[in-house]
Amino acid sequence: MDFINHQLFIKDINVHIDPILPKKTAIITHGHADHARFGHDHVIATRQTIDIMKIRYGDKCAKKFTPLRYGQKYSIKNYDFTLHPAGHILGSSQVLIEKNNHRLVITGDYKVGKDETCKNFKLVKCDTLITEATFGLPIFQHPDPKDEIQKLIRSVKINKNNCHIVGAYALGKAQRVMNLLRQQKYNETIYIHGSLEKLCQYYSKEKINIGKFEKVSSKDKSFYEGKIIIAPPSALKDRWSRRFPNPIICMASGWMTVKQRAKQQGIELPLVISDHSDWNELLDTIKKSKAKNILITHGQEDALVYYCKKQNLVSKPLSIQGRSDEEIE
Amino acid sequence: MKKFSSLLHNLILTPSRNTKIKLLQDYFKILDINRAYALAILSDQLSFQFIKASKLRELVYKQVDQHLFDYSYDYVGDLAETISLIWPTNKTNKEGKSQNLSTLIENIKKIKKSEINTEFSKVLSELSNNERWTLIKICTGGLRIGVSERLVKTALADLYNKSVNEIEEIWHGLEFPYENLFQWLKNETSKPKIDFKKLFHPMMLANPIDEEKDFKRLDANKFQAEYKWDGIRIQLMVSSKSVSLYSRTGDNISSAFPEIIETTKGDAVIDGELLVGGNFKPSGFNDLQQRLNRKKASKELQKKFPVFIRAYDILFYKGKDLRKLSLVKRRKYLERFQKKNTTNQIDLSTIIDFSTWEELTKYKNNFYDDLNEGVMIKLKNSEYLPGRKKGYWYKWKKNPKLVDAILMYAQRGHGKRSSYYSDFTFGVWKENELVPIGKAYSGYTDKELLVLDKFIRNNTTNKFGPVREVKKEIILEVAFDDVFPSTRHKSGVAMRFPRIHRIRWDKPINEVLSIKEFKKEFKID
Repeated sequence: MDFINHQLFIKDINVHIDPILPKKTAIITHGHADHARFGHDHVIATRQTIDIMKIRYGDKCAKKFTPLRYGQKYSIKNYDFTLHPAGHILGSSQVLIEKNNHRLVITGDYKVGKDETCKNFKLVKCDTLITEATFGLPIFQHPDPKDEIQKLIRSVKINKNNCHIVGAYALGKAQRVMNLLRQQKYNETIYIHGSLEKLCQYYSKEKINIGKFEKVSSKDKSFYEGKIIIAPPSALKDRWSRRFPNPIICMASGWMTVKQRAKQQGIELPLVISDHSDWNELLDTIKKSKAKNILITHGQEDALVYYCKKQNLVSKPLSIQGRSDEEIE
Repeated sequence: MKKFSSLLHNLILTPSRNTKIKLLQDYFKILDINRAYALAILSDQLSFQFIKASKLRELVYKQVDQHLFDYSYDYVGDLAETISLIWPTNKTNKEGKSQNLSTLIENIKKIKKSEINTEFSKVLSELSNNERWTLIKICTGGLRIGVSERLVKTALADLYNKSVNEIEEIWHGLEFPYENLFQWLKNETSKPKIDFKKLFHPMMLANPIDEEKDFKRLDANKFQAEYKWDGIRIQLMVSSKSVSLYSRTGDNISSAFPEIIETTKGDAVIDGELLVGGNFKPSGFNDLQQRLNRKKASKELQKKFPVFIRAYDILFYKGKDLRKLSLVKRRKYLERFQKKNTTNQIDLSTIIDFSTWEELTKYKNNFYDDLNEGVMIKLKNSEYLPGRKKGYWYKWKKNPKLVDAILMYAQRGHGKRSSYYSDFTFGVWKENELVPIGKAYSGYTDKELLVLDKFIRNNTTNKFGPVREVKKEIILEVAFDDVFPSTRHKSGVAMRFPRIHRIRWDKPINEVLSIKEFKKEFKID
């Protein structure tokens, strides 16, 4: 495992995983902006991640693309790379690196729970595990997302004269919320913020059931009474949200577990729907991976490092530059 | 319990006053014993300090690893919420078996001290997250959910077609379980009869003056001014049978100040300030603190830190309700009371002679060698009105003292600032090192907080548990009310009410004072 440094850089063959700055060869775990950036020479990722990068940054966001199927091997010198489903968003993957019989897994962002909008997480056994820790505290125990989405549906039924604006990240979370609504038999058109349109179209094209959706337009205020609107969190506080009739501000995020957090952000209806593993899932993955060496990135590392050490696992935090906690999803 | 805890959950997340009222009204449509408990809890009348924070920690450490709990608490910033989230729920009991609020509280009251560990833990395990949060809030006292007593009264009044002032008036004469109130609200009986003389009367409070707007608008001749004292506001109830002393919130604090209770005679209700000092010379808040938060005061303590009352106002005199009279007329009664008062525990607040606002400024800023906090400006013909009504009484505080200090450490805040690094420790030079002189967690704007929070995250040089040490490059201008010598702090000083006034981007850190210069400037030996 000495072949990779704390920036997820393999010097030997000049390969980076999820680099922040433009690099020669970049393996990209998924399309979120804190992982997938513009300007690499060569991008290696799943086809869907590459599609998403092109939608967000344009067709020329990298000079060369190599799409990999899950499980398809790609070798550079004596390094073998395979991608495996991470269950985070459409196209998301973990990276398995094999070298001289040592197996190292970089989970990227991952979620163990079921999700119809992407291929579900697959556990990969390894010697060294580099895991994320966005929700690495025992207070995070995600509830069943169906119960959470029912809260939204119930509130829509009760508050007929209000519209519900749901804050959800444009890539992944927005479509997951739409899919969950469909699973719970909410069949009305869902209205979306303009910035979500292309990604929603892409999900539809990839045969993810997000149902009928329509971009919000300058219709009469009363038109949106009783409707559900999905928007990126940044739009909730913006002037954009004032055009709607008596909006009830909702937010779909794992952070909504903490009431004080919801209150700080002015969220009236918090929905605890996360695309990351919760505490128990993190522990479970660490255990089942059989890894003896655990490196922890992204978020609340301290508690997880402490826990691993107690289990006699070698563990330390990896602080990857440019990623502060709590801003990412 | 389910209904009440979801009411609290919704109230805490609702910014709109009208929606809060609607939520309260939905809940109080029925008036039963559960609602009586709810009303007592919401208005902080349920004196039910069942368990202390320290005991709760002890219980939670038995359920989860102490370090994991501490990491979580540091992140969440609210003890009740951390415990409610981290506590393992007994999943077998998940379905519908929610007890109602009154049964739950009654059952908890029956738990013996020796059985708290097992019995209270059992109760917590059987509740859902949100119910657990509610119960812990109830059991530790103080909800802090952004709902004032007044708002609850307003909701009830509107729902049952009464005026909120009517409820306000009888409020302190009502007792749990509020049967007479509920019957009257439902129009089953007439308004509850209350003996007004024996009641704690909600105090009249002042609004801060807006120097720019108010002085242009207000006619100085219609107002009188008094000094504002930095003690604790009290209400003294004197009758031939008994004497009692109440704090601003209506708590009976008589037993802590026996010298007042034993010597005062007459028949009146007095509004005033409790101060520490001999011969009616207040000796500062630091001394007063030696007498606060104690149930009893030994003779020795009474001698070392003698107390007196500086009377501002009078509400009743010889059974007569004076509250509808003007301030000027009430003052005449106050003087009459004082003439007959034979003790040396009470004096009268001085009325300042002034004719223009400019003239008042000099009284506000420098008088009594720093011991007053500023001045009160009161409309001469104001009635005695409960609460903070606009347009009658104003407070005008002295300009605070200011010092520039260097940001040294930061910690995450609590409540609405949880998760932000919002508690700041700052210091001044002592030779080539910095020595902390205080800690502040308010005063900054939301924008400044974001900037500071970001700076701290990106410039941490060291971590001590939840405390982060930061690069020494930010200068804070700290405002504070006063500073005292202190043996407890390394710097030898303790500030009163320090807050962040602004960030001094313009000043280099080597221009910050040394502790020696600081002490000299603020006259500390």
